Formats: sequence, C-alpha cells, structure tokens
Amino acid sequence: MERMPKWADAFLVPLISLLIAFVISGLVILAIGENPVEAMRIMVSGAIGSSYGWGYTLYYATNFMFTGLAVAVAFHAGLFNIGGEGQATLGGLGVATVLLSFSWPHWAVALPAAAVGAALFGAAWAAIPAWLQARRGSHIVITTIMFNFIAAALLNYLLVNVMRPAGSMDPSSARFGAETVLPRLHEILGLVGIPFSRASPANISLFVALLACVAVWALIWRTRLGFQIRAFGKSEPASVYAGISPFRITMYTMLISGGLAGMMAINNVMGEANRLIMNAVEGAGFIGIAVALMGRSHPFGVCLAAILFGFLYQGGAELALWTSIPRELIVVIQALVILFTGALDNMVRLPVERAFRRFGRRSA
Amino acid sequence: MDLATILQILDSTIRLATPLLLACLAGLYSERAGVVDIGLEGKMLAAAFVSAAVAALTGSVWIGLVAGIAGAVALALIHGLASITFRGNQLISGVAINFLAGGLTVLIAQNLFQQGGRTPSLTGGARFTPITLPFADALRDVPVIGQLYSVLLSGHSVLVYVALLSVPLTWWVLYRTRFGLRLRAVGENPAAVDTAGVPVTGLRYAAVIIAGVLTGLAGAYLATGLAAGFVKDMTAGRGFIALAALIFAKWRPVQALWATLLFGLLEAIANRYQSVELGGIVIPVQLMQALPYILTVIILAGFVGKAIPPRAGGEAYVKER
Repeated sequence: MERMPKWADAFLVPLISLLIAFVISGLVILAIGENPVEAMRIMVSGAIGSSYGWGYTLYYATNFMFTGLAVAVAFHAGLFNIGGEGQATLGGLGVATVLLSFSWPHWAVALPAAAVGAALFGAAWAAIPAWLQARRGSHIVITTIMFNFIAAALLNYLLVNVMRPAGSMDPSSARFGAETVLPRLHEILGLVGIPFSRASPANISLFVALLACVAVWALIWRTRLGFQIRAFGKSEPASVYAGISPFRITMYTMLISGGLAGMMAINNVMGEANRLIMNAVEGAGFIGIAVALMGRSHPFGVCLAAILFGFLYQGGAELALWTSIPRELIVVIQALVILFTGALDNMVRLPVERAFRRFGRRSA
Repeated sequence: MDLATILQILDSTIRLATPLLLACLAGLYSERAGVVDIGLEGKMLAAAFVSAAVAALTGSVWIGLVAGIAGAVALALIHGLASITFRGNQLISGVAINFLAGGLTVLIAQNLFQQGGRTPSLTGGARFTPITLPFADALRDVPVIGQLYSVLLSGHSVLVYVALLSVPLTWWVLYRTRFGLRLRAVGENPAAVDTAGVPVTGLRYAAVIIAGVLTGLAGAYLATGLAAGFVKDMTAGRGFIALAALIFAKWRPVQALWATLLFGLLEAIANRYQSVELGGIVIPVQLMQALPYILTVIILAGFVGKAIPPRAGGEAYVKER
C-alpha cells in the first residue's frame, strides 16, 4: 500500500486538522453572538499588532516551548507525560530554592544555576512516575496526573507554611533580589537598536527555549540515545531485541522530559514574577500537550506551535478585554486542536491518504 | 469528638462521595469495556453546567437532570467517535474532552447569564431537595441505630440513593447478565468477542454511553444537589479522584463504593478541619487533600496489592479481514 508523501504527513494533515479546529472555534464564536472575523482582527492586532503584544505572545510562547518539548520528547519514546504541570510547578520550587539560598551577584551567574535547579526539580518530579512505570508497571499517565495534584498541594503547603516571609499575608515566597532580574526583550533588542515595548514580560529565557529546541532536535536525531528513544517508542519488543534497556530509556526520557518542563520556571518564576507564587504555571503544562501534538513532536514544529499558542493566549486576553468573549475561548480552541490533531487524527489522515492513493494511481 | 460531630462528618462523607461514586462507576463501565476514560472530569463538568443552566431557565431540576445527562452523553459520543470509530489515542481524546468542557461551560455560562461564568443560584424546584426516608423521624430518638438511620441515611437528595443503588445494579449487570459478561470480555480480549459474532464496536459504544449517563448524574448532583448552581471548574479534580478510586477498587463495583466513601471521608475531614492532629503529629490540610492521589500512586505501584487494569484497555480494536 502506497503511503502519502512525507510533506503531506508532516504539514498537510496537521494543517487541515488545525483548519477544522479553527472553523469550529469560529462557529462557537458565532453561536455566542459575536463576529468571528472581528474577533480574529482583535486577536491579531492585540497579539502581534504591536511590540507590546509580541512581547506577551513571545513570553507565553517561551513557556509553551519548554512544556511542548517536554511532551514531545516523551512522545518519541511512546510515553505520554501529562505531568508537565506538576513538573513545571516543581521547577518553580527549584528556581526559588536556588535563588533564595544564595545572594547572587549577577543574573548571568544566577540564570544557569536557576535553570539547573529548575531542571533538577522538574526531572526529580518526573523520575518517580518513570521509575514506577519501569519497575512496578504502574501506568505513567495516571501517576503523572496524580503527581500534578500532589505537586499543587505540596507547593500550597510550602508557600503557606514555609516559604512565606514573616508578616506577609500573601502565600508567595520572598522576592529573589534585584540582581537576579533577567534582562527583558526590550533591553536585549535595544542593544542592536530595535525599539521594543518595555512593559512586556518576554525575557532572555526565550533564547534559552530556542536553544532547547535545537538541543532536543540534536538529541533525538543526532545521538545514540535519541535513536534508542525513537526505537523504543516505535516498538518496544524490537528495541529490547536490539539490546536497548526499557528501564534505562524510560528513565532517561522522563528525566529529560521533566527537566524541560521544569525549566519553564526560569521564564515565569524568575523572568516574570521574580518570586514564587501560587499557581504560577497557569495550565502551560497542559498546553504543552496541544503544542507537541500540533508540532508532530518535532522541535521545529513545537517551536512554531508554541508561538501560535502564545498568539492565541495573548489574543484571547485582548479579546476578553475588548469584547464579552471570556478568556476561556482559548481553552476551547486548545481542546479542539488537541481533539483534531491528536485523537481524531485518523479522521483527517485516512481520507487524505485515500486521496493521495487515487491521485497516485491516476498519474502512474 | 462527640457522636454528633462524627455523624456530621459521616453525613457529609456520603454527600461528597456521591459524585465520586457515580463518576467512578462511569469509568468502571468504560474501562471494563476497554475504553480508558480520563475525560470523566470534563463530562461531569459539562453535566454540572448544563443541568444547572437548564434548571435555572426552566425552573425544573428534572428537566435540568435530563439535559445534563444529554450533555455528558454528547461528550461521551465524541470520546467514542475518537477512540472507537477512528481508533485514536483514548488518553488524548480524554484530555481534549476535559478542556472542551472546561472552556465551553464558562463560555456559554457567560453568554447566557453574564455572571462571570456561573449560573444564577438555584432555588426551590430548580434544586434537588432532601428526601426523608420512611420512619426517619420516628426513629430519631432511638440511640445509635435510629440516629444512624435518620441522620446519616435519611435526608439526602434522590441522586444519592440512585448512586448507592447503582452499586448493586452495576454488580448485577457486570457479573450476572450476558451483556456484562460480553462487556468484560471486550475489555480483556476483543478478538474473542468478535470471533463469537458479537460486535465489539457496539458493546464499546454502549459502555461509553453508560459512562456518559453516569457522569451526567454525577455532574447534575454536583450543581443541583450538593451546590446551588454552577461555578467555573466546580468539579475541581473530582473526575480524577474518581479515576483514582477506580484503580483503588481494582475496577470492581462494590470496592468502588468503599474507595469513594474513603475519599469522600478525606474530603469531609479536610473541609471541616484546617489541620488534623494525630498522636501529637499535626497533619496539614494540604496533605489531606493530596492523600487520595498519594494513595492511588501507592496502590498503582503494587505496594498494597496489585491493581491490574483490563487487558485490552486503551487499545482500539481492528477487525480482522
């Protein structure tokens, strides 16, 4: 049976799925009595019509790149990591622990340390479900879901009872200190003479996220471990036959995945809030699922999908500001993207495949 | 702690366990048929909103209940379409359904009522009212047994009794009927069921729809029985606690009752006390809240008995040609 060409698999199918998701979203907007074209105009002008909008779009995109990569790496090994939310929460704890333990002289020293702390805490939070899957056979999806809730409870406890500065009513940690404030995008772009909004939270973490995309690409397609991860994901029995240890791959993959999710904290906790607050992740861990599915688990695709979701997120906020459409519209769009690019993939793929087969036969 | 306090806690245990139990049984039907359902949360949420909204608009909780069930079944059918017909990933479909419900409920609530994503408070006939069981008042003064009966068992809304009766009913359906045997078989070895000439697809759709009905009841109870109206994200992870209870119960109906009662008790205690002191050690309320999840992880890891899911769970069935 002739398969469809690679470009159709990588671009055409997700594009059609995305289109369906957007058309239905448009219908939803129409159904609640708003104008979808006008809504789209507000979203575009709010999210990418000014450098202020771009700043927020890229800030959100940075979060989603980390969590999207986290889900994507796990997908390559055939593992579904729903625990990005909890791992990113723990990543925030890692950042706070590192930054509050020492008085850092400069952000350039603090950033790598905080990133390592975030990755370690996130990886540790993913390591337990990974170990339980590899050694005890408990399903990683269920355990990572449970670990999201446990992480939320743990952070709640730590912020209220341990990390809250004396005399403060607010359940959040102390500020990290002025030296650790990361350079914002307007400062970086200002160096090369590009004017950029000073109010937006996008910061140097964006470049760390882009570096992470490249690193994950190199890991998956240019290293022995990446090959083993993909082999394990394609067929566990075959990879075992080839001498690949399922335990090792499950552990490594989930450690990398959790580490990436945790590293999101350098953007939201260190870069934006500069202290650890309750519910800092704001669902970015779950959006990572949509991002990874849409990006077909390829780092380049994840990068693009993260920017698209950053656009949706910022656009949705603007929409809530200017119209009576609540922010939750984005959750609906996110759900439809997951549904059509993920669960209903075959609904789009099979007809496209059939079309290619028919077309291929006629031209042959 | 006196008897009255204990009775109060147990009473709220039953109330809080009811939505968990209904959702847990929903998951039981679905997963026993081989369709993994992490969309319990979303279906409950959708039913909670639809039932509250329709009850608010019509003034009748019964019309609300029917509408709520219809809402949950609609989402269940999407799950069936994705995971049975198009053989998609059942976990991803469940995730999508949770988000779809989370977003749509607030979107429509805001559009209909303009109250920040909630429905108006339900009063009178738009809510399920407590039912006093026969002789409850007469037996109130009989020590212990009478008190247990009149305070604990009596005085709940009808859906609580529906939930409790669903347990023996589910047991009977699952273990004493042909449908139940086939349902269990299709979750263990669909190929064998197919060979016997029984349609796998039909059975799985039936299971998914039953799950929709039960989550519909659970959601309707949340919004029109336990609370008086819908608020954003009001399920608050209950769908996942139900999933945890399902694993805890090892996919069996009677054990599901005990598991959900246990988790209901934990919630009741966490609601009542900020922290619990046990033998000199203070247990923070956050630990109480996290306990169902921690227990599930421990159970799932096989440290306390092994929880083995239905064998064909999560896999789409491809008919042989």
